[in-house]
Amino acid sequence: MNNMKGRVTGVNGNMVNVAFEGSISKNEVGYIHVGDTRLKSEVIRINSSVASLQVFESTTDVSVGDKVEFTSEMLSVELGPGLLKQIYDGLQNPLPELASQCGFFLQRGVYLDPIPNLDWEFTPAVKVGDSVAAGDTIGTVPEGLFTHQIMVPFNIVRGDWKVKKIVEKGTYNVRANVATIENQDGETKELSMVFSWPVKVPINCYEERLRPDEPLVMKIRIIDTFLPVAKGGTFCVPGPFGAGKTVLQHMESKNADVDVVIIAACGERAGEVVEVLKEFPELTDPKTGKSLMERTIIICNTSSMPVAAREASVYTAVTMAEYYRQMGLNVLLLADSTSRWAQAMREMSGRLEEIPGEEAFPAYLETRIAEFYERAGKVRLKDGRTASVTIGGTVSPAGGNFEEPVTQATLKVVGAFHGLSRERSDARKYPAINSLESWSKYSGVIDDKMVEYARALLFRGTEVNQMMKVVGEEGTSVDDYIVYQKSELLDAVYLQQNSFDPVDASVIVERQKYSFNLLFKVLASNFDLKDKKSVRKYFNEIRQKFLDWNNVEFKSERFKQIESEINAQFDNNFVSFDEKAEKLM
Amino acid sequence: MQKVYTKIESIVGNVISVRAKGVKNGELAIVTTATGESYANVIKLQDDLVSLQVFAGAAGISTGDKVRFLSHSMKVSYSDDLLGRIFTGSGVPRDKGPNLDENMIDIGGPSVNPAKRIIPRNMIRTGIPMIDVFNTLVESQKLPIFSVSGEPYNQLLARIAMQAEVDLIILGGMGLKYDDYLYFKDTLEKSGAMSRTIMFIHTASDPTVECMLVPDMALAVAEKFAIDGKKVLVLLTDMTNFADAMKEMAITMDQVPSNRGYPGDLYSSLASRYEKAVDFEGAGSLTILAATTMPGDDVTHPVPDNTGYITEGQYYLKGGRIEPFGSLSRLKQQVNKDTRDDHRALMDGMIKLYASYKESLEKKSMGFQMTEWDDKLLKYGQLFESKMMDLSVNIPLEEALDLGWEILSECFEPNETGLKSDLIIARWPKKDA
Repeated sequence: MNNMKGRVTGVNGNMVNVAFEGSISKNEVGYIHVGDTRLKSEVIRINSSVASLQVFESTTDVSVGDKVEFTSEMLSVELGPGLLKQIYDGLQNPLPELASQCGFFLQRGVYLDPIPNLDWEFTPAVKVGDSVAAGDTIGTVPEGLFTHQIMVPFNIVRGDWKVKKIVEKGTYNVRANVATIENQDGETKELSMVFSWPVKVPINCYEERLRPDEPLVMKIRIIDTFLPVAKGGTFCVPGPFGAGKTVLQHMESKNADVDVVIIAACGERAGEVVEVLKEFPELTDPKTGKSLMERTIIICNTSSMPVAAREASVYTAVTMAEYYRQMGLNVLLLADSTSRWAQAMREMSGRLEEIPGEEAFPAYLETRIAEFYERAGKVRLKDGRTASVTIGGTVSPAGGNFEEPVTQATLKVVGAFHGLSRERSDARKYPAINSLESWSKYSGVIDDKMVEYARALLFRGTEVNQMMKVVGEEGTSVDDYIVYQKSELLDAVYLQQNSFDPVDASVIVERQKYSFNLLFKVLASNFDLKDKKSVRKYFNEIRQKFLDWNNVEFKSERFKQIESEINAQFDNNFVSFDEKAEKLM
Repeated sequence: MQKVYTKIESIVGNVISVRAKGVKNGELAIVTTATGESYANVIKLQDDLVSLQVFAGAAGISTGDKVRFLSHSMKVSYSDDLLGRIFTGSGVPRDKGPNLDENMIDIGGPSVNPAKRIIPRNMIRTGIPMIDVFNTLVESQKLPIFSVSGEPYNQLLARIAMQAEVDLIILGGMGLKYDDYLYFKDTLEKSGAMSRTIMFIHTASDPTVECMLVPDMALAVAEKFAIDGKKVLVLLTDMTNFADAMKEMAITMDQVPSNRGYPGDLYSSLASRYEKAVDFEGAGSLTILAATTMPGDDVTHPVPDNTGYITEGQYYLKGGRIEPFGSLSRLKQQVNKDTRDDHRALMDGMIKLYASYKESLEKKSMGFQMTEWDDKLLKYGQLFESKMMDLSVNIPLEEALDLGWEILSECFEPNETGLKSDLIIARWPKKDA
């Protein structure tokens, strides 16, 4: 640490100009001394001897001439055992501890140790004399559900390092020295269970990146069947306000088939985070039988918290995700909402007086969004295991119009697009994903061709519906009317899902396949229904049965009973299968 | 030690700059002109050049006027003496009462730690069925009233101020027409609600900078009362004027506009105000109800759009009524399970029937033939609109629920309502033989 000093020369909102001597680097962290408090800030521009810093706190009371201390370190997070179950702000300040120290309000300039000062049961995994490199495991500690690997810090790159000293199995403080390594030049490094890593640099201590080809099951029918997400893939959820973005993300965070979930509440309502905070410890994870909180980290930088820290919060979250990926785990990062993050960039860009791009977003918006989503990925680690980081981001487009820069820049880089629509949410059709506009480049749990057939039916049903609005029901042929009813049936009993029903809220893959196959029979059949009235009656009845079926326990007595009722009704009016569909079955 | 500076370097819009040393960002100053004094606060520092926004506007300021820095940022007095009083956006009395300068507190303070928040749990009764029954207002909620100029949103706010079951009302008026200001004053005085009300009023003819201070002043005082255990309801009208004042300032300061001229931090600025709404565990609570007019009835306009992303629902005031469609209280689920067993079911049932009424109405206007069922719906819709939706209806929740059953029984057979049988047995009004 060189403890470079500088002096404030100007203040404009949350940007402070500092005159300095010597050398400083971009993205270096500096502290502005205001009275007794130190305000954390980051260097974002250097112009001859003046550096511009974005301050992560309110800049009230900063005055020209205030001392600034530079740390020579980029904005970093602490990584080590104890991250799980934590609730952090965007700069990794633990919020519950902060609350017990400062009370109701967030006091500026208070920075606590991110990783709790606990003792862990350490089991060494290397011997004195072993060669080690960045990312190698030197020992393990049990952290809740997982064996947390204590790794050689990822920034140890140059030289050949050997273990010089390693402690014996036992209980050690998280910050105690557990190993010492030495390189060929005799340089030594003391390692504890904690190290820090700059948030804006991706961790790439792995062998190679793999194609994301394994579905990440969310237990949400419309997603798993029609718009699948892959482990290591990316997806985005744009939607106007009130369309249910946050409810959908909460469903995903509860049900996703992954090891660790990181929720980054970025610039959204504090009340929504509170729901997660109070609800998750009460819920059990069906996979492990433990509380959902055991696998969750919450990064929470809500809308009224300082803007610059909001910009940092998504990086903080993704860095933690990458860290757990290094342990061979599958991690899901949910960022709500990336638009607020983009707006934070826009605010800063405005203060820097950069030439604005579209809607005043900075010209580098697309690059930043692409860089962020590219940090997702499925990888093969050096020990051969595969692991993944999946990123899902919500987007809050202004006016619900997807033709805006953030949505468009996001769509370019993600692998799946789950667009929410106001019409569907107004009609209380949840999840309000517009299945016609949305797309996914990943393959899902059900045969692609069958899904394609069902999707085509949805398109045709919508066309018929549009037509009916003009010519009325009278002017529509019975065949078209059947197509319309089929698409409505598919929508009502399969695409929609009741997140408040204990059974319907999460649907396992096996059940999705089972119900899809039965539903597909109905969709693919020709019926002997002569007039619209009988068509309507037939589909109303079968829809009601399917809905009841959705709400009963899979493979229970009642389940089988309703299934046979559906089959009976199906057989009654069945004539033949559609040729195209029969080939798929 | 207060230094006085007598050379003003530049005057642009409402922003002046002087050369001074040792000045802090956000510091308050007094500008003395030939015509009087005005507060100003520091908004930008560059070397020794200090930019200040003058609360009373820069009109008439001369380059030789005096600027005196006060070494502290904007503050507002806090005590029970505030009750029943009316102030301007910069805290100067608007009524004839004395100036208050005791127990000064900072405005625009830090936000509440999310880890300290609790799930909202108490409803606020307003006596307006469209709120109490259909979109319940909850303590610590932040809700805007989306409306168009000309709609009676101020009347609605005044009624809520008179009737809401809270300890304290704080009214923040921004860009109010003078008539509207007098309307609030008279109505509250007449109803006797003035004794539990504090008003911070900026009228349309007052300086723009004061408009931007109103929410901060109102919320700082409200927050303090809430911490001291009071249930506070803050009414803000009209937040669109606040956003327009921000726009004006930003453009004066040469900031790059983002959307329709509004500054890029519109969302953050609105959010930092709305997010003040909170329920303090073991103390009081702060609830915000804010009128937001939608220019051109366009909900995608940046102000209502950004507001919608921040607040917990919205009320649409249209044609003098709170529209059941589009209006939403995101927190109602937290409280309406504990009011009365029929509350939720009746709420959903009546709205579904009202939606069907709208369809029938459309069919009728297109000249289609009306069935018996359509006639029932038409009757129901008219009753619903006149007895429930009309803003002058003023009954407690329980009576409103009973009225709901009354209306249903007048129009329908029990099994046509789609309500659960056990509720119908318990609640369906017995017809007199």
